[in-house]
Amino acid sequence: MKISTRKGILQAVGFLALRAAMGLVLAVLVLFLYDIGRKGGGAISWEFVSQAPRKGMTEGGIFPAIFGTFLVTVITAALAVPLGMAAAIYLHEYARQSRLTRLIRLSIRNLSGVPSIVYGLFGVILFVNVMRFGTSVLSAGLTLGLMTLPWTITASEEALKTIPNSYREGAMALGATKWQTIRTNVLPYAVPGMLTGTVLGLARAAGETAPILFTGAAFYLPFLPKSLSDQFMALPYHLYIMATQHHAIQQVRPLAYGTALVLIVLVLGLNMTAVILRYRLRRKQR
Amino acid sequence: MRGRNIREAVIRAFFFASGILAVLVLVGIFLTLVTTAVPAFREIKIGEFLTKTAWDPTSPEEPEYGILSMVVSTLLVTGGALLLAVPIGIAVAAYLSDVAHWRVREVLKPVVEILAGIPSVVIGFLGLVLVGPALARIFHTGNGLNALNGSILLAVMALPTIISISEDSLNAVPKAYNEASLALGGSRWQTLWRVKLPAGLSGIIAAVMLGMGRAIGETMTVLMATGNARAFPHGLLSSVRTMTADIAIELGEVPYYTTHYYALFAIGLVLFIITFAVNLVADLVLHKYQEREQ
Repeated sequence: MKISTRKGILQAVGFLALRAAMGLVLAVLVLFLYDIGRKGGGAISWEFVSQAPRKGMTEGGIFPAIFGTFLVTVITAALAVPLGMAAAIYLHEYARQSRLTRLIRLSIRNLSGVPSIVYGLFGVILFVNVMRFGTSVLSAGLTLGLMTLPWTITASEEALKTIPNSYREGAMALGATKWQTIRTNVLPYAVPGMLTGTVLGLARAAGETAPILFTGAAFYLPFLPKSLSDQFMALPYHLYIMATQHHAIQQVRPLAYGTALVLIVLVLGLNMTAVILRYRLRRKQR
Repeated sequence: MRGRNIREAVIRAFFFASGILAVLVLVGIFLTLVTTAVPAFREIKIGEFLTKTAWDPTSPEEPEYGILSMVVSTLLVTGGALLLAVPIGIAVAAYLSDVAHWRVREVLKPVVEILAGIPSVVIGFLGLVLVGPALARIFHTGNGLNALNGSILLAVMALPTIISISEDSLNAVPKAYNEASLALGGSRWQTLWRVKLPAGLSGIIAAVMLGMGRAIGETMTVLMATGNARAFPHGLLSSVRTMTADIAIELGEVPYYTTHYYALFAIGLVLFIITFAVNLVADLVLHKYQEREQ
């Protein structure tokens, strides 16, 4: 009897500690989002999201940064989404278990662990210098695209895994070639899942700063980029500037909070869209 | 028929090229870093680069290129982050896998993922305006921009990784272990503590390693929140400058193709090697463990 009460108390205390840890993590999340939401909310207005910065970035809005982030993310997607899907199709539909396949998988997992600033260094050499794209929205987008590639490959392969083998066997039995099978019986069902997964990767890329620091992001530009070889303003870099590099940091703090809120809403909004789409998709597949 | 075969072969080759690209990018990053770092060692001795603490490349008298202070700063901030994130992360994983009702778990798992979605520059900003000032009040130290601040923020960023992979590994422990322990009269807590945690340990270690890799390579957070002093750190309340932060600060201002420029790539190479090793070990542990489960 005595032993079992001690066991019971131990369990109660132990589980309480686990609940406390969960509570702590939730509290941090709520505190972070609340602080940004409350102080950033005050800065948000139509003018803030639709105008350019004025008077040495002490007034006005962040439209060029929103536009720049949108533009660079489109370039990122143009590189990472098709190549990520193609690599996933190779790994899941074509590749056999071999040493080479294992090497490819190992490389993908390791690429996702390469620090973002190292991608930035690679982008400076490969895109800015060797390919002569200069510091431009193109160089920055391609650098982010390479960084996003391992995530889009993994997400696309997850989507391919959900397609039952009977779909493939059905087409093969009717004499379809490998590619015909993939095109008619695999991709139509896998593409929605692939896209939701890649949106998650793109959301992360849109919020990244280190890879674009030296490949094309600009402190301040009086005009929007007119071509892919122009520099651009980006939301994450603009937040960094407003938070640490501005000549009147205390004065522009509300603007920095506003920028942080817009960035978080954008990134988490993309994230949640993907999560909700994925959830609906899974229910449909069941 | 022949045309069809050729077309199939071409399509296959295209997909293969996309697959092999991952290997090429990884090798490309490594070779780029090596070739751009090597010229730095025409003027700097490798031994001094790795073991000297003074980093002052723009000194008019004698430039100094020692990265030891930065390496120690990186390890200090990362170590502090793990001290916070590992117990909390494992506890949350255990809560999600063994305590929470499945409906609660379905809600909380995406909520934890929100944390992973917050951009690092926003976390750094919060370190500057929220966590730093709080630390300054608690410890009565200037502005609170120090290693501890970075550790707290990196812990928050490493938590989602540690939680989700630890939870997976706890869930992968065979049901029979669980049932055997309960049948022998063990409580749910004893089963968790003495059976499931040891059985899932390799996965948890991998989770911690992956979280560590993320923390070592994180740039914006530490750049904004740790104060960036170049001195050798004396503890968690010192202002520190990590390897990542130093590259971020100096690469924008350095003239191309100077020793200083090459030396920054050499720091990048050291960073790459460290994170590569950490991730590789995590990978080996994780895959050995998955094979065993199969």
